Amino acid sequence: MDTRDTPEQAELRRAAHQLAGQLGPSTVADLDDQTRAKRLAVAVHDAGWLELRDDRGDGEPLAGGVEAAILAEGLAETVADVAFGGPVLAADLARRCGAANLGTPVVAYTPDLLGVAVLETPVTTTALHAVDLPADGGPVYGLVRVGGGYRLAQVRVDGAAIGADHGADLTRSTCLIPPGATVVEVPGQRRILTDDELASWTALGLALTSADLVGLMRGVLELAVAYAVERRQFGVPVGSFQAVQHLLADAHCLMEGSISVALHASWAVDDLPPADARTAGRVAKAYCARAARDVCETAVQVHGGIGNTWECLVHVFLRRALLSSQWFGDDGEQLRQLERERLGTVDGLP
Amino acid sequence: MDFRDSPAEAEFRSRLRAWLAEHNLGLPASSTNDEYWVRQAEWHTALYDAGFFGLSWPARFGGHDLPTVFDVILDDELAAAGAPPRPSLGYLVQGITAHGSDAIKDRFLPGLISGRQRWCQGFSEPDAGSDLASLRTTATRDGDDYVINGHKVWTSYSDVADWCFLLARTDPDVPKHKGLSAFALPMDQSGIEQRPLRMINGITTEFGQVHFDGARVAAENMIGEPGEGWRIAMTIVSHEREPGELGYVARYAKTVNEMERAVRASPSAFRSDQREQVTWAYVQAEMLRLHVRRRLSERLDGVEHGPGGSVDKLLMTWVEQTVGTAALGVSGSRAVLDSDDLGLNVYLYSRAQSVMGGTSQIQKNIVATRILGLPTA
Repeated sequence: MDTRDTPEQAELRRAAHQLAGQLGPSTVADLDDQTRAKRLAVAVHDAGWLELRDDRGDGEPLAGGVEAAILAEGLAETVADVAFGGPVLAADLARRCGAANLGTPVVAYTPDLLGVAVLETPVTTTALHAVDLPADGGPVYGLVRVGGGYRLAQVRVDGAAIGADHGADLTRSTCLIPPGATVVEVPGQRRILTDDELASWTALGLALTSADLVGLMRGVLELAVAYAVERRQFGVPVGSFQAVQHLLADAHCLMEGSISVALHASWAVDDLPPADARTAGRVAKAYCARAARDVCETAVQVHGGIGNTWECLVHVFLRRALLSSQWFGDDGEQLRQLERERLGTVDGLP
Repeated sequence: MDFRDSPAEAEFRSRLRAWLAEHNLGLPASSTNDEYWVRQAEWHTALYDAGFFGLSWPARFGGHDLPTVFDVILDDELAAAGAPPRPSLGYLVQGITAHGSDAIKDRFLPGLISGRQRWCQGFSEPDAGSDLASLRTTATRDGDDYVINGHKVWTSYSDVADWCFLLARTDPDVPKHKGLSAFALPMDQSGIEQRPLRMINGITTEFGQVHFDGARVAAENMIGEPGEGWRIAMTIVSHEREPGELGYVARYAKTVNEMERAVRASPSAFRSDQREQVTWAYVQAEMLRLHVRRRLSERLDGVEHGPGGSVDKLLMTWVEQTVGTAALGVSGSRAVLDSDDLGLNVYLYSRAQSVMGGTSQIQKNIVATRILGLPTA
């Protein structure tokens, strides 16, 4: 038992931190700088980070859940406005189906964002949502049910590319796919996706969104502490007041606890049986989602009036945390699922 | 990164599990009643004699020289077996190891670790709680001895202790942090009067208060140098704040397991909010279990005596109080109709966690100034 980074993992952490620090937005105005955003996307692409979970030739991914989570955390730390989790999760789903990957894919989720949409051919009958689309959007994947499991399907809207729009999160796009989109099975799949494999994929989704929340907590707390040192009232830094110090100390502890659960969830993806890995993901997500909301709200509060303005970067963290929480289910959803697993279901209770 | 057991760890785990199946004393969780405290010595020596205590401490003093993560396995298995947690004295071992001379270590660590000699910790006083450095108990040199006068409180196990790890003022003429020294004081002597403190859940055998009226301790029993007391105290309290050192993870897991069993046994007897409280307590206890794994793994690089213990203490406190509140919630009306109700007593005891070992407010001051680097007022 040794939960420390291997030297390679430590190096990857440094690389993500460095790249996100150089090319991520450092002000809200930077979000409109398309040249910078494009350079960031190219850098992430060229580093091969979107292919981490692609098939390395024997059905196994090129890199582990831990490595993917390290990058998710590093990119979130500076609210890097680049697609990462979306394409990585889509590629991982394709790999589990034994399908060759075309372009940079994303997944179509059910409107509650709890998981991949399971569809009927030939057209969709309900609204779906793609999350974290790359600028040059590739295929959108859903699943169709077959005997013994699922097969990968592509969702197409009138043959046109599916365009991105922004929801609450200003750094990652979501996209509504209205009913009536075409559903076509992806050709050449070597395996049927089992429920176990789907649980394992869900574990990756929970681990990556938890890691994203950890990165957000790190980044926003750093901003809040810096502001508390610099901002003066009554002739002293506001960070010298215990009332402010204790808010930030609480936030720091929540972040530390989150790091521990998120780390375990990312390791569990490839190293625990699928159902256990998903449970580890649910524990992490339940803890991180609550913690991240608290920590971001603290950061808004510590920034005072300016923290409630559009130009203060803090709300970009809070908004991104809202999407990461909902994506694969927020704390309430995870608690509901864990409760079923551990306490059983009761008639008459939701 | 690997959360799994190595072959050596797996072997240890299965050996421990087999032993626990035979030798679990079936004691209550420590927080709930006096029976645990009365039989704690028996549990300590049983664990020690079977080779399952003092795992990461030096073999020279009776430990096993194992990596710290073996304590994680011990806590896992104690919780799974519903056994009491391991005795919490790692912080005294850390304090003596870091500051004691070879003679002090050779003399005291073996008995402390084996449980053959019992220790209490004489730090807090009625007028020196959070402001520990203002303590007024004096140690005055008299020939080869020091003479002790003063009043200590919150002295865990003072009723049964052979030795007291005593913090006393040896120099009243220097700033308060510089005039303190630490001693290993024998408790079996005239000049010491010990009285139990009754806690809010009624237990009387955990904490005591001790009056020293001309008690004596040999000068050679000083731990560290004259005036080093504050530094020693800070080493000890930094570890006293670490769940990895305390083994409380097993206690929380035991309580959560018991609550879950109760809910599963009669599902229709619990409302959805009670079920959610139990589940959130499970999430919190899991967080601490995993957090301790991370912290003890970090120790593979070497032990630090730093402010990180305050972070862990706050996390541990939130967990204990979440578990305690859930236990109260699950008990419902039984908690108010029966003063022996387990949920009531777990809850009441949990309130002390944000005070003992340094209040949560003191921990937050430490985190804010020493980890986050915020300015002091």
